[in-house]
Amino acid sequence: MQAWFEGFKHQFELNFIQRSRWKFITTGLGNTLLITLFSLLLGLVIGVIIAGVRSTYDKTAATARPTFGRKVLGFFNGLCKVYLTVLRGTPVVVQLMIICLVIFAWSDNGVALASLAFGLNSGAYVAEIIRGGIMSIDNGQFEAGRSLGFNYVQTMQHVVLPQVFKNVLPSLMNEFIALLKETSVAGYAAVRDLTYGGNTIAGQTYNFFMPLIAVALIYLALVMTLTWLVGKVERRLRSNDH
Amino acid sequence: MTTDVLIRVEGLEKHFGGGSIHALNGVDAEIRRGEVVVVIGPSGSGKSTFLRCLNLLEMPSAGRITFEGVDITDPKVNINRHRQKMGMVFQHFNLFPNMTVLKNMTCAPVTLRKKTKEAAEATAKQLLERVGLLDRADAYPNQLSGGQKQRIAIVRALCMEPDVMLFDEPTSALDPEMVGEVLDVMKQLAREGMTMVVVTHEMGFAREVGDRVIFMDGGRIIEQGSPEAVFEHPENARLKEFLGKIL
Ligand SMILES: Nc1ncnc2c1ncn2[C@@H]1O[C@H](COP(=O)(O)OP(=O)(O)OP(=O)(O)O)[C@@H](O)[C@H]1O
Ligand SMILES: [Mg+2]
Repeated sequence: MQAWFEGFKHQFELNFIQRSRWKFITTGLGNTLLITLFSLLLGLVIGVIIAGVRSTYDKTAATARPTFGRKVLGFFNGLCKVYLTVLRGTPVVVQLMIICLVIFAWSDNGVALASLAFGLNSGAYVAEIIRGGIMSIDNGQFEAGRSLGFNYVQTMQHVVLPQVFKNVLPSLMNEFIALLKETSVAGYAAVRDLTYGGNTIAGQTYNFFMPLIAVALIYLALVMTLTWLVGKVERRLRSNDH
Repeated sequence: MTTDVLIRVEGLEKHFGGGSIHALNGVDAEIRRGEVVVVIGPSGSGKSTFLRCLNLLEMPSAGRITFEGVDITDPKVNINRHRQKMGMVFQHFNLFPNMTVLKNMTCAPVTLRKKTKEAAEATAKQLLERVGLLDRADAYPNQLSGGQKQRIAIVRALCMEPDVMLFDEPTSALDPEMVGEVLDVMKQLAREGMTMVVVTHEMGFAREVGDRVIFMDGGRIIEQGSPEAVFEHPENARLKEFLGKIL
């Protein structure tokens, strides 16, 4: 027992204390959180825009007149469909590498590029979550709003979206959790995230066990915290469910 | 009752499914101010489509609808402004589940008519009082019975001070014991002189408060007249058959 403990202590000092190797973990964690946060924000913006275009096009199909504006909307709707197909039809790690190593090969701002890559990808999934939320609202809600004299945007703003928000918030938070774990492939494009940090230590100490277990535990703690939060929000939403 | 025409419908057609389904095949009609018009007919005859075309919830495929002298089928017309004057009540109530009764009623007047919250709430409470639901002002729709929901839906539309009220089978989704309370509100409204277009299977209501009954079949108006003429002396064979089934 004593010997085992001595060995553990030695490994710990080698991997985390010596040469301040713990800094690989902390900077990596910082970058992982930054990438997750920025790509979440970007993903939300992209997702809201795409969901807006797609559901407006579908919702107004029945009553639209074939005006110029309708054609423009149709064009953007097609564009959004292509975006969704491509971004959801290819692995995110390939998208990441194309962005970091091909399109922006001249830049070495790994965190920004990874945020861009994961944000563009997440946007596609967020768009479908929100669009699903909008489409799941009974069309009667929409018609009631319009029959009172609200225009399309007002109906969305006052009647539909508040209901959508409640419905999709848990799904969006789960997307956030998935995103956090997904960013662990950032290292493929030499972006120094948490996983990359653990890997760097392992490469220096020729010891994989400890750095990778540490990395795993940190992800687990983050995910469990966020999952707990989602549960809390869900209960909260249900308790004032009308 | 004055005789000026509130809504004039000319050559109204509505096609669905890329033209394969002809829901309306050339409907001409007039709704006069203060009139209660009851629309009857078999399922699929186009009653709902006709009603929903009146406020352009369905976009007509052809024809013209003139409301208060304005051709609202003209693409340049701002339909939202005219819809404020056309209240609509749906079979399934369509109350906003995330708002209280009071908010359901004041949301549109405050946003669209620029009423103050206090003024809108005062109006709403007066209307709630009239339909006997003042004590439910702070309830949410899922805390109400079907009959209560529909009465709220009616006064929600009234809050916009409409010039006409359109009803699409307002009592069809209700348990039988709740039909009466909703019809009572509608009768009261009719007595106060509201112009109403009502799609319904409630023939008692049609007889009692209807000024005119329109019988539709196959997307056309087949016969129309006073309740007495339509119910007691029907001429068209299909109307006779229809009345034979439901009376
Ligand atoms: N959105 C739609 N898309 C396709 N077809 C439709 C649509 N709405 C109505 N129809 C069709 O148009 C015809 C008329 O329908 P409508 O709902 O106006 O009839 P109705 O007289 O109201 O019938 P009911 O008594 O069953 O409510 C029917 O054949 C119906 O299937
Ligand atoms: Mg119908």
